[in-house]
Amino acid sequence: MSTIYWDEEIETLPRVGLESIQLKRLQSLINRVYRKVEPYREKMIAAGVKPEDIRGLEDLQKLPFTTKDDLRENYPFGMFTMGLDDIVRVHASSGTTGKPTVVGYTRSDIDIWANMMARALACAGATRGDMVHNAYGYGLFTGGLGAHYGAEKLGATVIPVSGGNSKRQITIMKDFGSTILMSTPSYALNLADAMDHMGIDPSSLSLRVGIFGAEPWSENMREEVENKLNLKAVDIYGLSEVIGPGVAQECLNSSGGMHIFEDHFLPEIIDPETGKVMAPGERGELVFTTLTKEAFPVIRYRTKDITSLHYETCTCGRTLVRMDKVTGRSDDMLIIRGVNVFPSQVEHVLMGIEGVEPHYQIIVEREGTMDTMTVEVEVSDSLFTDEIKGLEALTKRITRDVKDILGVTCRVKLVNPRAIQRSEGKAQRVIDNRKI
Amino acid sequence: MRVEQIAVFLENKSGRLAEITSILAENNINIRALAVADTADFGILRLIVDKVDEAETALKEKGFTVGKTMVIAVEVPDRTGGLAEVLDCVQKIGLNVEYMYAFVNKTGENAVLIFRFDDMTRAINSLQENGFTILESSQVYNL
Repeated sequence: MSTIYWDEEIETLPRVGLESIQLKRLQSLINRVYRKVEPYREKMIAAGVKPEDIRGLEDLQKLPFTTKDDLRENYPFGMFTMGLDDIVRVHASSGTTGKPTVVGYTRSDIDIWANMMARALACAGATRGDMVHNAYGYGLFTGGLGAHYGAEKLGATVIPVSGGNSKRQITIMKDFGSTILMSTPSYALNLADAMDHMGIDPSSLSLRVGIFGAEPWSENMREEVENKLNLKAVDIYGLSEVIGPGVAQECLNSSGGMHIFEDHFLPEIIDPETGKVMAPGERGELVFTTLTKEAFPVIRYRTKDITSLHYETCTCGRTLVRMDKVTGRSDDMLIIRGVNVFPSQVEHVLMGIEGVEPHYQIIVEREGTMDTMTVEVEVSDSLFTDEIKGLEALTKRITRDVKDILGVTCRVKLVNPRAIQRSEGKAQRVIDNRKI
Repeated sequence: MRVEQIAVFLENKSGRLAEITSILAENNINIRALAVADTADFGILRLIVDKVDEAETALKEKGFTVGKTMVIAVEVPDRTGGLAEVLDCVQKIGLNVEYMYAFVNKTGENAVLIFRFDDMTRAINSLQENGFTILESSQVYNL
């Protein structure tokens, strides 16, 4: 099968040409951000770097990193380069505490995003003849709308089915002839189970390719989902701080890994401890600088995702650098059914309830194809009541507050005081029993 | 007129009840009456013991969550309809029973009903006005 490109010239450009585009864009970005965004300017001044010091791509290393904390401190719009008049959309993702991380887009940003997403879809073999079944959630989460605009840009037919209601999803797949499924890999497995219950043979459907992302998944899961849904499963990568889905995409005849659309998103791999840039092929934390975004560019944003980069030209013909599947995090963020969860957010919720002790543990398990999160909370004397309804009201309140703030449903288990292990130094807040 | 009851939080884990009764035994505490209320996820053990404060301290030392609640003990003849008469009265007065449990005293002549009402003062007054016997706490602890 010949490779389908969205933007063949850029996607196959020799690296020298690519790097020259990157440098021009980087210099212009740093100039602009230095002038317009105070938090960036302050950090650059503190680091003793001026925009004119960026003479080559390697000078990127002189610039300070940006973290989620920086975004939180400037919540909600403090990192935007322009006033809200020019912002046409905002999205938000989980912050490390109660407040979300807000990102903004100009009309041009939305257009770049749609183009990158169209590029991702083409990279996965999609064409305008495809019926794209978009089961990513629509809303503040970038997944749904990001994929949607990309599919429209490509000229495919998009079904904005969003998440949930598996039976209806399958009926639509069958009746509309969905050819491309976009969802989290765990939801794809959930759909496979639902098909099984409904007695529908996946080979009777038209599904051809699944583009799965927003949570970590293994090669074993790929095999399982491919067998169960009778399609080819490819990986997509993105995060709202960078733009949303469409930052990197695995191609159909891949040499392994996802192509990063590096004419717009410049990647680096650093040692998460020292911050030193690592050599190609070495595993470390992925860092991004957005080269073309207007409203909310990021400079050396630490994704906390652990992966490695490969610069050899791919068998598909693309020269764009490839990143491996994300294998872990350099922080304690969990992804539960596609939702980013920080233990600190759970703590924040618990601390908001009078009498709740700061001793808790989060237990994550995979039951069947779905991830479940249990929050164990110690019942202190002040919380205790001798009536069942009092304790049940407490568990309901915690469940509701967690759902409101984190967007994920958890089970609350009340335990005896000191049942949760106290550790020296850093408490072990999370027990992740998933075998991903 | 009020009796102190101990309530202990029971985590849903095997051996919890045995652990509590052993602690009480080691401390020479006698259980007069007990009831367990449970859900799928946890339980609450309610106890009437002869030495309330000692029991509370001993259990807390071993890491249990313990609370004390006031309940009332109504004594009725141990015969058919004994409980029904009390509950009938409770309903007529319009009292809300949060929970209750019962045991028969040593002589076997009378049954003791332990009640927790939403309005304890009104419950005591109304039950006495209607001729029911409410036991003093010392009577209950030494039953």
